Amino acid sequence: MAIAIPPKARLIGRRLLQAAPAIAGIVIITFLLTRALPGDPAVYFAGPAADEASIAEIRKQLGLDRSLPVQFLAYLGDLATGNLGTSISTGQPVLTELITRLPASLELTLIALLLSIAVAVPLGVLAATRPDSWIDHLCRFVVTAGVSLPTFFTGLALVYLFYYLLGWAPPPMGRLDILYLPPDPVTGFYLIDTVIAGDLQATLSALQHLILPAVTLALFTLAPIARMTRAAMLQVLASDFIRTARAAGLSRRKVLFGYAFRNAVLPVITTLGMVFSFALGANVLVEKVFAWPGIGSYAIEALVVSDYAAVQGFVLAMALLFVALNLTIDIIYTLVDPRLRLED
Amino acid sequence: MNAIPLLDVRDLTVEFATRRGTVRAIERVNIAVGKGETVGIVGESGSGKSVTSYAVMRILDRAGRIAEGAITFGGIAIDKAPEKVMTELRGREMSMVFQNPRAALNPIRSIGRQIEDVLIEHALAVRSTAKQAAIESLRAVKIANPEERYHAYPFELSGGMCQRVVIAIALACRPQLLIADEPTTGLDVTTQKTVMDLMVELTQARGMSTILITHDLGLAAAYCDRIVVMEKGKVVEQARAASLFSDPAHAYTKRLLRATPRLDSNVRDLLPEPKPAPPPMPQGAPLLEVRDLVKEFSGRRGAAAFRAVDGISFTVHEGESLGLVGESGCGKSTTSAMVMRLLDPTSGAIRFAGEDIAATPAARFARSPLRGKLQMVFQDPTDSLNPRWSAFDSIADPLFRLGGIRRDAARGRVEELARLVGLPQELLDRFPHQLSGGQKARVGIARAIALDPKLLILDEPTAALDVSVQAVVLNLLADLKVELGMSYLFISHDLNVVRLICDRVIVMRQGRIVEEGQTESVLHDPQHQYTRTLLEAIPHPPAIYQGEGLPA
Repeated sequence: MAIAIPPKARLIGRRLLQAAPAIAGIVIITFLLTRALPGDPAVYFAGPAADEASIAEIRKQLGLDRSLPVQFLAYLGDLATGNLGTSISTGQPVLTELITRLPASLELTLIALLLSIAVAVPLGVLAATRPDSWIDHLCRFVVTAGVSLPTFFTGLALVYLFYYLLGWAPPPMGRLDILYLPPDPVTGFYLIDTVIAGDLQATLSALQHLILPAVTLALFTLAPIARMTRAAMLQVLASDFIRTARAAGLSRRKVLFGYAFRNAVLPVITTLGMVFSFALGANVLVEKVFAWPGIGSYAIEALVVSDYAAVQGFVLAMALLFVALNLTIDIIYTLVDPRLRLED
Repeated sequence: MNAIPLLDVRDLTVEFATRRGTVRAIERVNIAVGKGETVGIVGESGSGKSVTSYAVMRILDRAGRIAEGAITFGGIAIDKAPEKVMTELRGREMSMVFQNPRAALNPIRSIGRQIEDVLIEHALAVRSTAKQAAIESLRAVKIANPEERYHAYPFELSGGMCQRVVIAIALACRPQLLIADEPTTGLDVTTQKTVMDLMVELTQARGMSTILITHDLGLAAAYCDRIVVMEKGKVVEQARAASLFSDPAHAYTKRLLRATPRLDSNVRDLLPEPKPAPPPMPQGAPLLEVRDLVKEFSGRRGAAAFRAVDGISFTVHEGESLGLVGESGCGKSTTSAMVMRLLDPTSGAIRFAGEDIAATPAARFARSPLRGKLQMVFQDPTDSLNPRWSAFDSIADPLFRLGGIRRDAARGRVEELARLVGLPQELLDRFPHQLSGGQKARVGIARAIALDPKLLILDEPTAALDVSVQAVVLNLLADLKVELGMSYLFISHDLNVVRLICDRVIVMRQGRIVEEGQTESVLHDPQHQYTRTLLEAIPHPPAIYQGEGLPA
């Protein structure tokens, strides 16, 4: 074994290796899960007028007449070559669809999460440092409101207010004004791609289209982050080492941010990971309301018509995303908390 | 006393806002500390000794406030000073050392950086010079290899080491007053001695004043010039250390002094009322025989296995109590867990009542008929009770699980057990948080004796209790042993307490037995150097107080 590898890098390498069995499990489960879906894709694909013979013919074309292990091997081969099959309903290769739709969902979720963090974390910190003050009550109100209003309702309410009544927001139809052409895909994030293309007008339009759905989703994700920040801060502020820091005369700023917040941030990171996961899945409704061409609405449509290649591709993409996300959180954790580096 | 004291606390009253209204934590407390003087504040839990010191530092919880009185420190009115002034005073002019040193340090910041934070905050160093200054601070508290230790995190250091770091932080800016709040509680006696000696050496060399807050009268006597005794938020007595012990004025001080175990006191001496000594028990056949017991814990990849218990043998006879003494990490808890059959030994035999109980894996021992005959009283009376169970549920649990007694039939037996341990019947329906420490200890004991055990393993049963409660619980244990014909295996770090209960004592170190013998001979004529070191490290109150109505 090479000696020159620094311990942190080795630890990260080990975490990456630990993700391998998870990925193998995902591949198997997505395969089995899509085979267990109700409905016969061959019947759907053949259309309402098809007879038995043409259904059988299509079934053979799709490879569904073969035994499960043979289908699985074929599936593995396809995966290795990046072939996720063709969507029955759109006729497009699933991989192409995912490549265009996943960034749309990611852009929306990430911006929503950034918004949410920007509001929730300071709110949680302030609420924890001033228990029972107005800011604490505000925090409690926002948290309760955020979780109790369903996203489709907040989404519709925002559209009604800002588009219909005030006219500030563009129509809730997709990611860009129809006047603009989608930029050349580089990252798939319109905000970045339009800047790369030098079309700042389009950037502005993308931003305007993004704001309402992002706010809708942010309102929903605000609650867990604010709650966890507040709880973690309260717990850390009550701990012994904060008392030591105060008794040593460290300034309030230093105690609050240098000592308390850095310790409280650990559980907040964990929560962020969870929130990100469920936001990515839960934004189906937001995508529907704003006609956002994301991965959630794609998956729902595919599920309804038993488009198993598309569902399989969606589940696979999401699962890999979750693994990557958890990996990132693990690595951040290891970097923040020295106690976790002990495992070596 | 000198003309103007460094710290003058006058009629200090601190109130806490609670859900049930305002509670006075301390009331009209008067304490003065002269320059270079060491003042001890002693008292049991709830006496307000910590609150007093937090008020002086102005680091009370949000709910607490100084209601009345004045605190003057070096001519500054602390009680009226704005927070900005306090931030400058804290750490710079007055600083504090806390109990539980590992928790007192920021877990995710290297110790060197934590010292730097204080130095930079008080403008005694800038970024470029801070590292060197922090290393010097570590060197001052006698931490070996300070350059390397600078990068260490608290979890990588022992408790004693962490306390040195806390002291380094407190003394980094050379303050005039150091408040040490139970600085050595929870540390081993030998570590306690080195930490206390270090603190005294540093404060004396710098001409500092010190307030030592402790529940341990022996410790206060060994290190303080003057002692303030507090009870229920009030100062009941203050006197020079020597005269407090020879001539205590207040009844509470007398009670506290009596309850503190000394080298020559017996278990009855600790009680406020005299009581005849428990009759000696005749010792019978061997009940527990431990032979060549070994416990190895596998090391982290490649590292050699660690032997927590390294081939020990001992015997407990019927009716005997054996003390197992040693400092943390000596293997006494591992030994007790193996004897209790909660942990499987690597090798060796444990014969109990004629049967090799080590042959039954720990995971299956709960079904052995001997399970009920081998029971344990745990260290922390609070943590060892289910918070959602009433005292009745806790005591009845072994009856249901092992005694085969049905729920409706248990009431009588539980009431009998409560009577045996002196727990009032009306407390049986209460939950742990509604009971005092002593009452919880009684519940734990009642639960352990519910199935008439032959051998009771006592794992530091009084370590978490106040001395006056400890006195009562130790006497209860001494009585129960005779009444129920039990044998004890008493695990403790405190030779003074072991002495009161045990016929024989074993001293353990690094997984081995270094000395074994009759308690009196081991204590008065220790053969092994380590036993001598242990004994010398225990602080004792100086003169023996002979109160009225006491048997000489």
